[in-house]
Formats: sequence, structure tokens, C-alpha cells
Amino acid sequence: MKKLVIAGKEFESRLFLGTGKFNSNELMSQSIEASATEMVTVAMKRIDLSNKEDDMLRHIVRPNIQLLPNTSGARTAEEAILAAKLSREAFGTNWLKLEVHPDPRYLLPDPIETLKAAEALVKEGFVVLPYCQADPVLCKRLEEAGTATVMPLAAPIGSNKGLRTEDFLRIIIEQSNVPVVVDAGLGAPSHAAAAMEMGADAVLVNTAIAVAGNPVEMAVAFKEAVISGRRAFEAGLGDIVDEAIASSPLTAFLG
Amino acid sequence: MFSDELLNISWDDTTKAIQSKTANDVLRALNKNGNLTVDDFMALVSPAAAPYLEQMAALSRKYTMERFGKTIQIFIPLYITNSCTNSCVYCGFHISNPMKRTILTESQIVDEYKAIKELGPFENILLVTGENPAKAGVDYIARAIDLAHDYFANIKIEVMPLKMEDYKLLAEEHGMNGVICFQETYHREKYKTYHPAGMKSNFEWRVNGFDRMGQAGIHSIGLGVLCGLEDWRTDMTMMAYHLRYLQRNYWTTKYSVNFPRMRRAENGGFQPNFELSDRELAQLTFAFRIFDHDVDISYSTREPARIRDNMASLGVTTMSAQSSVEPGGYHTYKHQALPQFNVTDDRTVAEVVAGLKRAGREPVFKDWDNAMN
Repeated sequence: MKKLVIAGKEFESRLFLGTGKFNSNELMSQSIEASATEMVTVAMKRIDLSNKEDDMLRHIVRPNIQLLPNTSGARTAEEAILAAKLSREAFGTNWLKLEVHPDPRYLLPDPIETLKAAEALVKEGFVVLPYCQADPVLCKRLEEAGTATVMPLAAPIGSNKGLRTEDFLRIIIEQSNVPVVVDAGLGAPSHAAAAMEMGADAVLVNTAIAVAGNPVEMAVAFKEAVISGRRAFEAGLGDIVDEAIASSPLTAFLG
Repeated sequence: MFSDELLNISWDDTTKAIQSKTANDVLRALNKNGNLTVDDFMALVSPAAAPYLEQMAALSRKYTMERFGKTIQIFIPLYITNSCTNSCVYCGFHISNPMKRTILTESQIVDEYKAIKELGPFENILLVTGENPAKAGVDYIARAIDLAHDYFANIKIEVMPLKMEDYKLLAEEHGMNGVICFQETYHREKYKTYHPAGMKSNFEWRVNGFDRMGQAGIHSIGLGVLCGLEDWRTDMTMMAYHLRYLQRNYWTTKYSVNFPRMRRAENGGFQPNFELSDRELAQLTFAFRIFDHDVDISYSTREPARIRDNMASLGVTTMSAQSSVEPGGYHTYKHQALPQFNVTDDRTVAEVVAGLKRAGREPVFKDWDNAMN
């Protein structure tokens, strides 16, 4: 399998993990281990930024993992930019998952504020991975702003509904010059595999693992699904044949 | 810049790869639901695809219907000058041809515009020049565009490659809507033998002109290869690479492809290295449509009426009508023959419209409004 490259950094694993909703930091830590992920996002609002020994952070940090602080909770570009600067100080990384959602119910990303924040943060030297709607034009605009990836959603966050935005994700994948990470809404390993078969560069999963009966086993299942999906994509899937051969000659005039 | 990408694509290897395509490669490309690669395109233009022409036609018709419906955009070219410092060996305007050279004056240009409006309800005009920046440069082209606004809603140019700033100037300050440029051939070495002297002999300057158009934010860019110079399957594959490259880098632009066929001239002069058969032209047209559902495919009056009428429902989306391919040919020099090439479809606008109607197509003369400029 090809390695994933984001902002010049190589990743073996194409599964990113979120760290919310686990019922203990220990279980979260074991799930991270079992998933073989190399990119873990963490909400700044969950971490005590002044405490280097914060328990949650202690359970995440390990040498092979790129920590991806996120701005979850920010409602405007301004708040997200401030949060990003605090996180760079606190976590010592300029990698950032940009999330701006003014809507507390569905946590849907605000496209206008996200683009505004992305433009500003790229100029400040951040490696920006923006969470966004599965909107192909928005994704091109984010790419032009200099983001390192785009992270369009598959379905409302936490919904476990799978690839509800499939038609738009296909367009985004076709058009993008930066890696496409399908984020939010993937509820089962089969959803993750389908996203990878479509040509997504990576997926981000949180709820489906955190709330599973056995999160550690589910982390393994997602790991394997992502590998299978990517392998299938690289191997080149056969296409579904749904057309009979036309019998009325359209080309008779050519002789 | 595309010239850098092109360095990584070997002409000979591409030719070999096309020749080695099999029926399975063709079927795989035909059964794909979108996202065709240039490799798939190579299968579709390969000899292996010839037996699948009927299926290709059906697919091409389906995709064309989905994206363009039953309409054909109609435009008319106006040659405003044949003054040219180039020496393209296949062109009627080349520098050593002792023909009368014309640079239409402003009042002659306006006369031409009026004469075109007499022919039919044209709103899409293509202004064509040779390459003589000293005598008919950007200022001259800008003036012709300014004058055209009183008569036409959509003004495109087919002129020498310009600097990025000049494309921007023409688009933003003068309301130019699009640019067509023929690379002629993507064969870097052979290009020099067809264009031995003049500004046009610089392959890189010409091929990177499309990047400059993209950087200038031109909304509509037309690519072109002349069929009859180099192996058409390879040349078209290079154009497919170029199209994908431009779409990737300049994603807000709409693209068109042009691939007119050169004909064997009875009066001597340059003879094409090969003639594309009607079946091959159809295969190529279908291949482009299946490869890219959105790209505009344009047929000029170089193609015969029968082919144009039949292909209008199978993949072609833009056509010229009643074209004169000499400067001042609609009014000023109406009865003097100084054509750049030979027109095959010499029907009147009304006849072209009737032919398209018979094919179940609606000819559309307008695609933009001056109010939006």
C-alpha cells in the first residue's frame, strides 16, 4: 500500500482516531494501540492546557503518533484562531484540525468561518486540516487557501449513518489536489472500507469505536477495514455493468 | 507549467502503450462509472476500440444528453487579419506565401460585424488573427473586442499566445470571454519542423500559454490539435493529459477541445501525413466525451455537413456555421479568396439550422449576456 503523505509527513496508517466519548482514558489508550493509528485528534477543550501531566493527554501521546489538536467548541473564525494559537503553545505542534461549528445540536461546520480561519491560520504557519461539509467547491476553496487536507463529512457527526454524502465525496476525491480525509458519520467498518474503496486518502473515526460494546475489538475491525478498502482501491475495482449493448445502430452513417 | 509535466510523458512509450491496448482495456474503460483516467482514454482511442464504436456512440450520446441536453452552441469566426510572421508549413497564411496581407481597419471590422448579423442571429463570435504583434498586437485585438460588444454577447479570441497580463487585460478591461489556441501537435521535436521560424517556433511558450490563460482567470479555454500532422492517437492522448492538468490547476475554467481534420490539397502545397477516416473521427469524439462528460467538443466547417448533422446528437456540442476563413470575408473582401484552409461544409446558416433541427437539436446562438460583463 502507498504511504499517505500530509504536509510532507508520511503515515503508514490511513485511520485517524478521535478521542471523545470513551468511558475511560485507559480504554481510549488501548483502542488507539489496537487501531495502529498514527494520527489522533484531541479537543483542546478537554485538556488542561496548563498541566503537562494531564491524564487524557498522557494516555494519547506516544512517539509514533501525530497529535492533532482540534478547535472543537469554537463558534467563529476568531475563536478558532485564538484556540489554534493556544494549542500551538500548549501542545508544541503546528498541526491543527480546524473545526468551527456555531450549531450546538448537529455540530455542523460553518463553511464561511472555516474558510476565513483556514486562510488566516495557513498564513500563520499552521498545518491546517479543516473539518467541512462535503461541498466540492468549498473543498477547492480550502485547498486554494493552502490547507494540508480537506476533511468532508460523511453524515452528521456522531450519527453512525455512513456515507450519506457519497455523490459529493466522489466529486471531492476526483477534484482534490490534497488528501481527502472522510470525517464524521462513519458508523461501521464497512462504511470506512467503502470510503477507502472510493479513493478517500484516509478516514477519521471516533464515536463508532468509543461507544462500541468492545471498543478495542472495534478499533481492530476499523483498522482492517481501512486496509482492505485501500488495497481494493489500489488494486483497481471492476465496475458494475448495467448497460446492455445498444441494438439500434447509431453509427450506420459512418458506413 | 505543463511543459514540465510533458517532460515526464514519453511520446514513444505512449504510442506503444496505445497500440498494446486490448479489448479488455476498452471494456474496462466503457464500464467505468465516471473518473476515467488518461489510460482509459488511451484504450478508447486505440485500434482495439474500433469494434466497439456502436457502444461508444451510445455512451457518448447518453453523457452528452445528461450534461448538454439537446442543444448545440453556434458561433462564427471572423478573421480580422492574415498578417503573420510565422512559417507554419501547413498554413495558407505562412510568411513566405506571397499573398495579399490584410489588417482590417476599425470601420472594416464594424462592417464585418454588421454583415455577420445579416447572416443570422449570431451572438458568439471568435476573432482570429495571425501572429504579428508589431502591426496587429494586443491593442489592435482589444480595439476589435471593444467594437464587438455592440453586436455580440460572447467574444472569444484565437490569436497568438499572449502574456498573462495581456490575457487578464483583455478579459477584465475589454470583456473578452474566452481564448482558443491550437497547440497543433504535442510532439516537441516534430513541432519544430512544422514551425521552423517565427515566434511560433517556441514550443514551450505556446504550450504554457494555457497556464497563463488559467492564471489570468480566463473563463473559457479551448485546446486544439491539428489532425494530419503526427500520430493522432498519441497527440490526442497528450491533449487529454493537458486537459486533466488544466482542470486540476484552474478548476473554475470551462474547457473545449478541437481536432479539425486536414484534407489532402489538390493544388499541391503541404499534404497531411495521414487522413483521419470518418470512423476514426467518430471514435475520437466519443472517446473524449466518455473521458470527460463536461468538455465542450467543437466541430468547425472543415467537417462535411453529413458528419456534422449526425454527430450533433452523439457528442459534439459546439459548431460554427457559414464561416469565412479569410480576413474581411463577410463584407470587405467578400469575393476574393484568401482562405487559411478549405471549408467543407459551405451551407448557409439557415441550412445548418435546418439540418440540426432535423437531427432533433436546438441551435443556440447566445450563451452570455453583455449585461453580465
